Amino acid sequence: MSDDVRTAVSGDEPALIPYITAGDPSLAATAEYVEALAAGGADVIELGMPFSEPIADGPTIQDAIQRSLEAGTTPERYFELVESLDVDVPIVCMTYYNLLYQYGESGPDESDYERLRRFVARAAEAGVSGLIIPDLPVDESDPLRRACDEYGVDLIFIVAPTTTDERLAKMREQVSGFVYVQARLGTTGAQADVSDATHESLTRLAEWEVPKAVGFGVSEGQHATEIVEAGAAGVVAGSVFVDIIAGGDDVANRLEAKARELKQGALDGATTDTPKAGK
Amino acid sequence: MSTTKFGEYGGQYVPEVLMPAIEELTDAYERYVLDNEDGFMDEFRERLADFGGRPTPIQRADRLSERYDAEVYLKREDLLHGGAHKLNNALGQVLLARYMGKERIVAETGAGQHGTATAMAAAHLDMPCEIYMGKRDIRRQRPNVFRMRLNGAEVNPVTVGRGTLKEAINETMRDWATNVEDTHYVIGSIVGPHPFPRMVRDFHSVIGEEIRDGVQKKTGGLPDSLVACAGGGSNTMGTFHDLVPDEEVSLFAVEAGGDELVVDDEEGVAPHSASLSTGSEGVLHGARTKLLQDADGQIVESHSVSSGLDYAGVGPELSHLVDEGRVTPVNVDDTAALEAFHRLSRTEGIIPALESAHALAFLEDELGPDADGEHDLGEVIVVNVSGRGDKDLEAVIEETEKRDLDAAPSMEVMYE
Repeated sequence: MSDDVRTAVSGDEPALIPYITAGDPSLAATAEYVEALAAGGADVIELGMPFSEPIADGPTIQDAIQRSLEAGTTPERYFELVESLDVDVPIVCMTYYNLLYQYGESGPDESDYERLRRFVARAAEAGVSGLIIPDLPVDESDPLRRACDEYGVDLIFIVAPTTTDERLAKMREQVSGFVYVQARLGTTGAQADVSDATHESLTRLAEWEVPKAVGFGVSEGQHATEIVEAGAAGVVAGSVFVDIIAGGDDVANRLEAKARELKQGALDGATTDTPKAGK
Repeated sequence: MSTTKFGEYGGQYVPEVLMPAIEELTDAYERYVLDNEDGFMDEFRERLADFGGRPTPIQRADRLSERYDAEVYLKREDLLHGGAHKLNNALGQVLLARYMGKERIVAETGAGQHGTATAMAAAHLDMPCEIYMGKRDIRRQRPNVFRMRLNGAEVNPVTVGRGTLKEAINETMRDWATNVEDTHYVIGSIVGPHPFPRMVRDFHSVIGEEIRDGVQKKTGGLPDSLVACAGGGSNTMGTFHDLVPDEEVSLFAVEAGGDELVVDDEEGVAPHSASLSTGSEGVLHGARTKLLQDADGQIVESHSVSSGLDYAGVGPELSHLVDEGRVTPVNVDDTAALEAFHRLSRTEGIIPALESAHALAFLEDELGPDADGEHDLGEVIVVNVSGRGDKDLEAVIEETEKRDLDAAPSMEVMYE
């Protein structure tokens, strides 16, 4: 098992985990943006692989996915991009289950594990450290878990405000890398404030040894501060970066500045005396 | 817990935020629908009769029987309240939502029939209701949009993608994920995560039960063949379910062959909606099933002259029954469906939905004067007329004008 992601999220400082969609608006631009995010203080980068039916994403990221698909991004081109990246932060691939399931030529009567293994092997070879598959709940994840374990790729699960204690117990056995704590109901998208559900979720996960990162709706340094004060080891932000890309103006510099703002916000949160859960 | 799969198909592939709601729904399905707790099914059947107008008739189609030299019966779901079989499921789910203590209904719709049925059921049971509908379908199905509004539902246009059913499903899933604590999503077909495929099938299985009874009364036996159109597959499974164990009855699922049965990988477009006939296994909208997708697994845009069949997936149970050889998937093209639409209207005085016209076109392909007769349909054939065609008139006028159809009336006369 690779420790890249876990180490990056549970270091001495609170971690910043930005999301952007690979291929939005082009794969060449993505390489530049990833470097900008790393320069701005990103500790892990969540790189979306576009799928045509992104049911867990809101309109901002859905539009990014559409732009990426129109630019011709495919899973294979995504992996080639990851191979070409020259950054020192782990890359986590966020995508939907059907793309994993369809990857490569499948033989007759192949098991799910055999099909998924091809994707995971290629992802590991390309340098992907972890996977987030939002339409794969823990109940259906055994075959992918096996493939990920085999190749040392983390399988990161999302805990929602609605997740029951029974389901949390199931997830605790499966989780690796970090736990992605969904701060509010709904889909991805920048919001004006941090939801109360964040505090409640972190309390419920306090005993878990794996680090917790909070996302869904994070857009300002102050949000990052509040999240870290609430006990999170990391902050995930996506739509706010995707909005900058969609704006199309001085993108790399603005991405770097926004990353810096969120990272500083997270650092400010860590200067309080609140104990860091999961460190 | 009831199994979530049909062979390899089905399952629950949804964001974690929805899983507790799906577990809650599964529990409610098992208690109220399967075990009739608190008399749920009794109330459902009573409302289907009194509000819905069930049972619907089995009618012998005299001219079609003569044309095809067979006993052709029509299951008249077009006579159900609202003009389509969709009310069975909509009423069942809205009632279930009320039993579960939910306060708000959301639904997606393609052709508008499911949205209309859900809006009617919600008005009947006094529940607030919002319907998501693709902008392209809103244009194609204006009368249904107006009917939904008349029944007090909000209609939210979906503008992403091509603005058809699959985009509307994505959008409704998002609404559900945001409001999951007090909202029930009335899925409109036998698709989606478990328990939807089973539950929707159960609410529609009254169609097949009435076919069994009706044909028994008229002929003293079972039909030789059942024919139903298949988009998502709700009327198909409703028609078939009760007779699946009777292996002597042949089951034909008629898909939309559209313009032709190919996929343009470059453009990501299929000029048809024949997932059972041409699709491959994958995961879409919460279930593993047969899908129209490109080599990378991106879902392609489907097409049919009938917006009710225009969907890139199909119910997992149908995929399973096709793999098992129990259901035979067939398809007819847009022009054949339009011909069948006009033929039934003229010969039997019934204007069918364009969806149902696909099922009727299959009879013509198999048994008509120019038929090649690949399949043995037997003597007694039941075709499910899943809905009435009033909603499709604008599309039919437009599409008929583009074609030289033998069965169509002269459009020029109509404009004079």
